[in-house]
Amino acid sequence: MSFPILTALILVPAFGALVVACLKKSRPELVKLAAVLTSAVTAGMSIWLLASFKTGEAGYQFTSQHEWVEAWGISWHLGIDGISLFLVVLTGLLFPIVIIGIDPHHDEKPYLAWMLLLQAGVMGSFLSLDLFLFFVFFEIVLVPMYFLIGGWGYDNRIFAATKFFIYTMFGSAFMLVGIIATALLAKNDVGYFTFDLVQIAEHADFAASTGRWLFFAFAIAFAVKVPLFPLHTWLPDAHTQAPTAGSVVLAGVMLKLGTYGFLRFGLYLFPEAANWSKPLFFTLATIGIIYGAIAATMQRDLKRLVAYSSVAHLGFIVLGTFALTSQAMTGSVLQMINHGVSTGALFLLVGMIYERRHTRLISELKGLQKVAPIFAAAFTIVMLSSIGVPGLNGFVGEFLILIGSFETARWWTVVAATGVILAALYLLWAYQRVFHGEPDEVNSDFAELKPREGGILLIFIAAIVFTGLYPKPMIDRIEPSIKSLITHIEERSDYKAPADDSEHSDHMSEGEHE
Amino acid sequence: MLDHIWLIPALPLAGFLLILLFGRRLGEPKAGYLAAAACGSAFVVTALVWLDMLGKDAEERTKYLVMFKWIPVGSLHIDAALLADPLSITMALFITGIGTLIHLYAIGYMHGDPKFSKFFLYLNLFAFSMLMLVMGENLLVTFLGWEGVGACSYFLISFWHTRESAATAGKKAFVTNRVGDWGVMMAMFLAFSAVGTLSYSGINHAAENGGITTVTATAIALMLFIGACGKSAQLPLYIWLPDAMEGPTPVSALIHAATMVTSGVFLMTRMSPVLHASYEWAPTIIATIGAATALFAATIAVAQTDIKKVLAYSTVSQLGFMFLAIGSGAYVAAIFHMVTHAFFKALLFLGSGSVIHGMHHEQDMRRMGALRKLMPITAGTFIIGWLAIAGVPPFAGFFSKDEILLYVFANNRALYVVGMVTALLTAYYMTRQVIMVFFGEAKWKDAHEEHGAHGDFVPHESPKIMLFPLVVLAFLSITGGLLQLPFSKDLHFLEHWLEPVVHHSEANIKGTWAYDNKYLLLLAAIVVAAIGIAMSVAVYAKGKAKPIEPKVLADGWYYDRAISGFMGGPGRKAFEGVAMFDATVVDGAVIGTAKGVGGISSVLRKVQSGFVRTYAAIIGIGAIILLAWFILRGVI
Repeated sequence: MSFPILTALILVPAFGALVVACLKKSRPELVKLAAVLTSAVTAGMSIWLLASFKTGEAGYQFTSQHEWVEAWGISWHLGIDGISLFLVVLTGLLFPIVIIGIDPHHDEKPYLAWMLLLQAGVMGSFLSLDLFLFFVFFEIVLVPMYFLIGGWGYDNRIFAATKFFIYTMFGSAFMLVGIIATALLAKNDVGYFTFDLVQIAEHADFAASTGRWLFFAFAIAFAVKVPLFPLHTWLPDAHTQAPTAGSVVLAGVMLKLGTYGFLRFGLYLFPEAANWSKPLFFTLATIGIIYGAIAATMQRDLKRLVAYSSVAHLGFIVLGTFALTSQAMTGSVLQMINHGVSTGALFLLVGMIYERRHTRLISELKGLQKVAPIFAAAFTIVMLSSIGVPGLNGFVGEFLILIGSFETARWWTVVAATGVILAALYLLWAYQRVFHGEPDEVNSDFAELKPREGGILLIFIAAIVFTGLYPKPMIDRIEPSIKSLITHIEERSDYKAPADDSEHSDHMSEGEHE
Repeated sequence: MLDHIWLIPALPLAGFLLILLFGRRLGEPKAGYLAAAACGSAFVVTALVWLDMLGKDAEERTKYLVMFKWIPVGSLHIDAALLADPLSITMALFITGIGTLIHLYAIGYMHGDPKFSKFFLYLNLFAFSMLMLVMGENLLVTFLGWEGVGACSYFLISFWHTRESAATAGKKAFVTNRVGDWGVMMAMFLAFSAVGTLSYSGINHAAENGGITTVTATAIALMLFIGACGKSAQLPLYIWLPDAMEGPTPVSALIHAATMVTSGVFLMTRMSPVLHASYEWAPTIIATIGAATALFAATIAVAQTDIKKVLAYSTVSQLGFMFLAIGSGAYVAAIFHMVTHAFFKALLFLGSGSVIHGMHHEQDMRRMGALRKLMPITAGTFIIGWLAIAGVPPFAGFFSKDEILLYVFANNRALYVVGMVTALLTAYYMTRQVIMVFFGEAKWKDAHEEHGAHGDFVPHESPKIMLFPLVVLAFLSITGGLLQLPFSKDLHFLEHWLEPVVHHSEANIKGTWAYDNKYLLLLAAIVVAAIGIAMSVAVYAKGKAKPIEPKVLADGWYYDRAISGFMGGPGRKAFEGVAMFDATVVDGAVIGTAKGVGGISSVLRKVQSGFVRTYAAIIGIGAIILLAWFILRGVI
C-alpha cells in the first residue's frame, strides 16, 4: 500500500496542533518552530501531491478508504480530483505563509494551535468523499475560526465571532438533516446503508421532488458559507473583526467550502434538482455581483470593502457553477483559487496598513503612494488582479465563467458582466483616496514595505502573474473532472450541455497557413 | 523576418522588465535612453518585417505565430498568438515609430522629475500592450493589449498623483473605458457563441461566408462599437479624454492622440467583415455617432483656453471623422486618416508641450502670444501641424480628410454636410490657437509682471532632444499624403497595401456622382478650409469681430458636468441607499430573527456567547476524540 498522502495532509497539521498545545508556553520559540515545521511539511506534501497528480484523469486519485463506523455506513473515504486539487494545494501553502508572515501579537501558543487545527479541518473538508466525514470536518472548521476571531480579533470580535458561528451552524443544521435523509433514502438504490458520496451519487435515483428537498437542505448550508445574497451579512463582520491571518484564510480557502460544496455534493448528488433550480442561483449570484460591488463602493472601512468585494466575486463563481458548461465550471474552480490568492493578498495588504496606522478607515489614510511607492505598487498589482485585468489571474477565471455562462444563462451574464465596471470603480476609488494625493502629517511617515512583507507578497504576485499568463497547467488538471461532472448531470437530468465538440477548433487552424 | 514578429512586442517588454529591475539604478537619463532604444529597435524590426512583406505577393503577406496555448477549455481554444498582416504592420510601424520619437522627446520633457525612470517604465509597458493589441491573432489577445493600454493610461494620467485632479482623471479614464470593455466582452461572448472561436480569421471567415446571421453580426458589431466608443472617446463616452490631459504632455501625444485612442478604429477595421454582414442601419449608427462626435467636439474646441484642451477636443473630433469613415465603408480612408492624424496630432501635442516647457508650465493660451520669435523651431513645426490638420493642401491631413469626405458624400449627403461644417470649425479653432500662442502681442509679460514672480521671465526654446522629434513629425505631416494621393489609381499605395484585409468590406463608390466629381469635392474642401482660416484671422488677428466663445461651449455643452453631477448626486445617493439597505434591512432581518428566537436581547448576548463558546469547545474536543479513535483503531 502506498503512502496515504491525503490522510497525512489532514493528520500532520492536526498532530501539529496537538504538539503545539502540549508544549510549554515558556518556550515560545519551540512552539513557533513546531507550528512552522508541521505546516511546512504539509506544504511540501501538497506540492508533492500536485507534482504526482495525473493530469487528464477525471476520477479520484490517491484515494484512501477505511471502514469507520460500519454499523452506520460511515467510512474514512478520501480522494482528490481536479475540482479539489488546487484548493488542497492552496490550503497547504496558505497556512505556512500566514503562520510565518503574520504575528498574532499575543498568546501565540493557542493561536498557532487553532491555526493548525483549522488547516486540518479545511483539508479534511476538501478531501472527504463520505458525507458524514465531510460534515464532521465542515463543522470542525468553525471552532478554530470562532476562537481565532474571538481571541485575536478587533473591538467587536465577540459579536462577529458569535454571528459567524450561529449563522453557519444554522446552515449546517439543514445539511445534517439532509445528509442523514440522503443516506436513508439512498439505501434501496445502493443496496446497503452508507454515507459514501460516490456510491450514493452513482447509484441513487431520487424522485424529482425528493431530490429537490434534499438538494436545498445542502444548498442552504453552502449558500451561507459562500456567502450568497441575501445570506451574506455575517461575512463583513467576520472579516472586519478577524485578525489578518483569519481574514486571509477565511477569504483564501474557507469561503470556497461553499462553492466547492455545491460542485462536489450539490450538483453531484442531485443533478436534477441543481439543473431545475439553476435560475434561482443565477439570479441570486447576479444580484450578489452587482449588490456586493455597490455595497463595496460605499464602505468606509477597507476591510469591509474587500469583504463586500468577496460577495461580488463569489457571485461570479456561483454563476459559473450553475451554468453547467465546461468553460464556466472550469472558470469557477479556477476563480476559487484566484479569488483566494488575490483577496488573500488584499487582506494581507490591508493588515499591513493597519499594523502601521492602527486604522482601516479610508478617510484616515491619504497619499501613501508618495511615501511608500513599493507598497503602493504591490497594492496596485493585486488590485488590478481583483479588478480582472487580462494578463493577471482574476481575468482568466472571470472570463471563462462569463463566456461559458453566456451559453446557458445569457441575460444573467449580460448583467453580471457589468460587475467588472463596478469592480474598477470601487477599487480605484478606494485606491485614489488611500494612496493618491499629498500625504498629510499622520500619513507622511508611513513605512515602506519590509523585506519579510515583500517576500510574502512576491509569492502572491508571482502566482497572480503566472496564472494570468499561463493558466493551462491548471486548466488541464481541472477540466477532465468538470467534464465528467457535466456528463454525470446530463445522464441524470434533462440538461444537455451546448455542443462541446472539438469541431469548432477547426476555425482556428483554418487561418494557420504557414 | 516574418518568423521573428514576436520580437516586435518582446523588445518593449524587455525594456519594461529591465527598467523594472534596474530603473532606479539607471536613473536619469539612462533609463530614458534604454526605453527609447527598446522602442526604437522594435521599430527597426517592424520596418524589416514590412520590407519583407513588400517583397511577397499580397496573399502571402499574412503570418500567424502561435506562441503557446493560452486558455483552452472544451471547445474554446485561445492561443497566445500574433498576427502580422498589412493592417497590423501598418499600426505597428507608426506605433513604434512615433513611440520612439516621443520616448526621445520625453527624455527632455521629464528632465528633473523625481520619478523619471518610472515614467519610462510605464511608457515601455504601454508600447508592449499597444503592440499586443494590434498584433493579436484573436480578440482575447487584442483585449489583453486593450486593457493593458487602459491600465498604462491610468498610471500615466495620474502620474503626478499627488495632484487631486490627476488622480481623479486617471480613475475616470479607467472606469469609463471599462464601460466600453463590457461591450467588447459581450462581442467576444457573442462571437464564441455563434462561431465557436475568437480568432479573427475564424470570425471574419464566417462573416464573409454567411456563417453568422445578420442579427448576430449586428449585435457583435454594435457591441464592439461600444468598446470603441470608450477607447476612442466617442459620444457618449468621450468624457475621459479631455480630463486625461492631466498626464504629462508626451503621454497626451503618444497615448491620447496618436495610438491608444485609435484602437477602436483599428478594431472596427479588423472586424470589418462582421460590420459588413450586419443590417444596413448598423454602419449608419456608427457613421452618425462619428459625425455627431466630430461636430460636437469641434464646437467645444472653439472656446477652450487651455492649449492642451483645444487639442484634446480636436482629437475627439478627428476620431469622430475616422468613425464617420468606418460607418461609410471607407476603411482605407479611416486608416489613412489615423496615420496622418498620428503624425500631425503628435506633432501638435509635442509642440504644445514644448510651449508649456518653455513657458514654465503655463497652459493658458490667454497668457501666451508672440512666441514665434522666441521659439522658432517649435513655432515653425507647430504651424506645419496646423496646416496639416486645417486641411490645407498639400499637407497630409488634407488628403486623408478629403478621402473620408469623398466616401461620406457617396454614402450619405447629410453627414457630408456635418463633416464639412466640422472641417470649417477645425480650420477655425486651430488658426485661433496658432494666433493666440505664436502671434499677436506677448501677454506673458503682463501676466508675470502682475504676479511679479520671475522678474526676468523669458520663454525659451526647448532642448534639441525635444526639437528633433518635432522636426521629424513636421516632415511626416508634410509628406504623409503621399501614402494615398487621389490623382491616380497607381498612387493609392495604402489602398493596395491594405487590400487583403479590407477588400471584402470596403465600399465601392465607383460610378457615384461623388467619385466622378471628386476634384470638385477637393475644391470644396479647400474653400471650406480657407473660409475657416480667414474667419479666424479676421477675429483673432485683425480684431474685426468679437470672438464667439460662449460659456456653454467652454463648458463642453455642460455634458461632462451633468454626468459628474449625476454620479456625485443621485448616483451616489442610490449607492448609499443600497449600502444602508444592506445594513438595516438584510442584516437587520438576521439580527431581528436572532433576537426574536432568543428572547430579550441583552440577556441573549450573554447567554448566546456563553452557549456558543461551550458548544464550540464541545465540537473541538469531539474532533480530537474522533481523531484519536482513528489512530487507536489503526486505520492510518
